[in-house]
Amino acid sequence: MTALLPTFQASTAPLGRRNPVAKLAAAVLFTAPLIATLDPLTPAVALAVELAALPLFGLRPAELARRAWPLLVAAAGIVVTLVLFAAERTGALVVALGPFDVTTGVLWLALGMALRIVAIALPGVMVFATTDPTDLADALVQNARVPARFALGALAAFRLVPLLGQEWQLLAMARRARGLDAGRNPAARLRLFASTAFALLVGAIRRGTRLAVAMDARGFDAGTPRTVARRQRFTAADTALVVAAPALSAVIVAVSVVTGVFRPLIG
Amino acid sequence: MAEVTLRGFGWRHAGRRAWAVRGVDLRIAHGERVLLLGPSGAGKSTLLAALAGLLAEDSGEAEGTVEIDGLDPRKARERVGVLFQDPETQLVMSRCGDDVAFGLENRGVPAAEIWPRVDEALARVGFGHGRDRLTAALSGGEQQRLALAGVLALRPGLLLLDEPTANLDPAGAALVRGAVARALDADTTLLLVEHRVADALPLVDRVVVLEPGGGVAADGPPGAVFAAHGAALAEAGVWIPGHPVAPRRAAAGPGEVLVRAAGAAVAGRLRPADLTAHAGEVLAVTGPNGAGKSTLALLLGGLMRPTSGAVEAAPAGAPHRWRAAALTTRIGSVFQDPEHQFVTHRVADELALGPRRLGRPAAEVDRVVAGLLDRLRLTRLAGANPYTLSGGEARRLSVATALATAPRLLVLDEPTFGQDRRTWIELVDLLAGLRDDGHGVVAVTHDADFVAALADREHRLAR
Repeated sequence: MTALLPTFQASTAPLGRRNPVAKLAAAVLFTAPLIATLDPLTPAVALAVELAALPLFGLRPAELARRAWPLLVAAAGIVVTLVLFAAERTGALVVALGPFDVTTGVLWLALGMALRIVAIALPGVMVFATTDPTDLADALVQNARVPARFALGALAAFRLVPLLGQEWQLLAMARRARGLDAGRNPAARLRLFASTAFALLVGAIRRGTRLAVAMDARGFDAGTPRTVARRQRFTAADTALVVAAPALSAVIVAVSVVTGVFRPLIG
Repeated sequence: MAEVTLRGFGWRHAGRRAWAVRGVDLRIAHGERVLLLGPSGAGKSTLLAALAGLLAEDSGEAEGTVEIDGLDPRKARERVGVLFQDPETQLVMSRCGDDVAFGLENRGVPAAEIWPRVDEALARVGFGHGRDRLTAALSGGEQQRLALAGVLALRPGLLLLDEPTANLDPAGAALVRGAVARALDADTTLLLVEHRVADALPLVDRVVVLEPGGGVAADGPPGAVFAAHGAALAEAGVWIPGHPVAPRRAAAGPGEVLVRAAGAAVAGRLRPADLTAHAGEVLAVTGPNGAGKSTLALLLGGLMRPTSGAVEAAPAGAPHRWRAAALTTRIGSVFQDPEHQFVTHRVADELALGPRRLGRPAAEVDRVVAGLLDRLRLTRLAGANPYTLSGGEARRLSVATALATAPRLLVLDEPTFGQDRRTWIELVDLLAGLRDDGHGVVAVTHDADFVAALADREHRLAR
């Protein structure tokens, strides 16, 4: 979950400091074409491009690794699952692990899937690692015409997320103090988990309601057109980024089609 | 500038039989500073919500009229600013300056005027940090001061403060009171709800007392109101200056050791602590915020494992290793927020839970439940949902649930936080009675009056 935690470093690097909406759009547009292919080479090239762009986002590899490790775990999980359970076992036999015949075809497929996951998710991690959530909300409202009620409401709710972890710990201890524990009984464990989760939800809703009332008391529901204290600009450089990202991606896919490595997802 | 007029005002929340507030006739002139008093359940918060325009028409039934400068409060929202109790759920943005700017953006203040007004509001409350300071890095008192700046930036004619210091430690409360005192000017009408009257008096020039269901019971300058109604107000639960509570001293000396912490520490939360708690003794654990008082309470209560050192409790062993049911017969823990501990949907079930988990026969469970309901004045609420109780009722219930399994040791975290005088005295009497029956009591507290009235010994934690 490290990638989802609300930590970021406001970036001054050439791409890191682009408008958050532009960065987000570029990430989506760059990765979308990669969904179309099953071969490992296309996402490998895309991944290489992404890693080459790291300095432009002002991100150090160690910093990226700290945020993206869940992604690597997921990729490894996919490789293991496919090697063991893939239905199609074409190609030459590499090694037989008991009942599992590991063939070149299976390895190729697993590698393709794993690289795809990483290549598609990494740009998102790069964007969120270099974007202040406040700037993102501001840009969504000012440049993408997302309703303020949604964007700022989500931003305010986001601020309360770290509290949930502490709250869970406290609720679990409070239940123990009331004589409730599950011991080794899995059914009791599930019941206790469900009741703690429910209490957490009730508490979160109450807190959310109080926050909403406080926001409305400060005119959030006033209906007068809002002004903005922090202007987000969408410049020519931002437009260029939004145009360049899918163009680059299209080139990568085109090359893989021309060289014959492209394996379409459908058909 | 704002003037408030209420004529025969009443409000009943949808689905409730009783009126939250009723029959209020009141006129507050421009620039007056009014302290609104009354026992729990007199409808002070409802009245404030009505003035803030936060009671939606479809959320209940109204009676009489309420006007701000001749307008329905729902249409006069721009003239009113409200500060609530809980700082955590009032801050919207992650940086302090942005948070103050939030209200100005909502009201459509031109962008060029926003930052000067933010700086002015921060200066007005004496905020000591820059605009870029993260709101999460502030103490509770500083957060509340920032929330006040956010309200003042909108230049309200009427300022409503709903127990703004109830959730704060004494240092934080002083910080907020100082900010309010600084910020008030001749053009601001103030309506303040506050339990601790002595602290609020320097801010006000008029006191209005509400009676549950009975409108305004008293109205006038503080001195005159307290001279005429002081004793009755103190009796009803209001903290009135000059009505001290007599201390409850232990009848006998302390008995055997019930729990001992030896160098018990939790990394990042509590430095190694050595302490023993005895039967027949009230031990107060005090110290500044961040010293780890609550963590120590969790260790003594067998709810958390120390990362170094040890906790040993009677009859034997480390309490965090005991099964939960066994724990409840030896050590009872009462959390700061009672709602954290509620797990059923009825008050009576809440009390029956502990004894039932121990496999006690039904007749005995019923006897214990009936006894506790009666002793803590909860009989009338036996069928109510615990989440609908008032602060004082919820506190009494959370103590009663711990007593249901008759533990020798009771560990309480800030038991008197935000309580009115009546509940406070009940708690002190109850705990004094438990001590004299040979129970041990450990209470983590900021409340100097509570320590003076009840504690036999004080253990002070340093940061």
